Amino acid sequence: MNLVESVESEYMNEGFPEFAPGDMVRVNTKIREGEKERIQAYEGTVIRRSNGGLSETFTVRRVAFGEGSERTFPLHSPNIESIEVLRYGAVRRAKLYYLRDRTGNSARVRERRRTATEK
Amino acid sequence: MLKGIIGKKVGMTQVFDESGNAFPVTVIEAGPCPIVQIKTESQDGYQAVQLGFGTRKQNKVNRPENGHIQKANVSPPRALREIRVDNADQLSVGSMIDSGIFSVGDYVDVTGTSKGLGFTGVVKRHGFSGGKKSHGGEQDLRRPGSIGASSYPSRVFKGKRMPGRHGGRRVTVQNLEVIQADAERSLLLVKGSVPGPANGLLLINKAVKAGD
Repeated sequence: MNLVESVESEYMNEGFPEFAPGDMVRVNTKIREGEKERIQAYEGTVIRRSNGGLSETFTVRRVAFGEGSERTFPLHSPNIESIEVLRYGAVRRAKLYYLRDRTGNSARVRERRRTATEK
Repeated sequence: MLKGIIGKKVGMTQVFDESGNAFPVTVIEAGPCPIVQIKTESQDGYQAVQLGFGTRKQNKVNRPENGHIQKANVSPPRALREIRVDNADQLSVGSMIDSGIFSVGDYVDVTGTSKGLGFTGVVKRHGFSGGKKSHGGEQDLRRPGSIGASSYPSRVFKGKRMPGRHGGRRVTVQNLEVIQADAERSLLLVKGSVPGPANGLLLINKAVKAGD
């Protein structure tokens, strides 16, 4: 392990479940409003994970009331309280940008049936 | 106390503060540096310590240099550099300086040799804006334009900024905040960037102009 990696490992978030593009996730983020802190959830499909190490980010896309929205989160930000995987998706590429051009049924990701060893 | 050390740039990354803001940091391997020589007022006319850093094969050390480091009884260093001090008599030859001389929140000046960029045009070297990309100016994209008037003065003024060798000079970046200092791993983490490539030699001094 070199010195850069050893510095990065100190700041990393651990204990998040494994997730990949195509999965449906709920991201619980800490929001500070004045003095108070509360948890806000964002739910949707992961369309990409990029970079590595401490600067890794992932993007979640959701379509609400017919309007698409995307949010990019730094994976290791202290503001991310937890990540829940709601559904595993069966996809054949790493970046799901094609979902942006689709609406309705074709914008859905097939669910991946997991084998017993995966669980 | 001594307030300077020699180090090498390892690389850059980012870290988060408590409120979740990410900011860029440079990872520096600083020290451990043996004191090779102490310069005193009476002998040398000024007070300083000479530090060593890194390692070198014994067969790459020439005889005059070998004699010099033998006197301090240290292994051959990659580089020797001097740091000015006020109280040279309180330090001893052969003792080790590590990155623990800095603490979190200190401000430092970092000196290094910037990356050599070779023969460079005026846009990159001096920040000229170049020509227009449209409206018929396409042939002057990155050219310097006029370099002076004609019959008077009939010459180009000295110091006129022109293309030439860029980078590869000694550069000091002032007032970088220390984010982390760990003597065990010889680690120094500073906010922002420092001159030169990875593995480049750096001189880290306490900030001349105190922080903020």
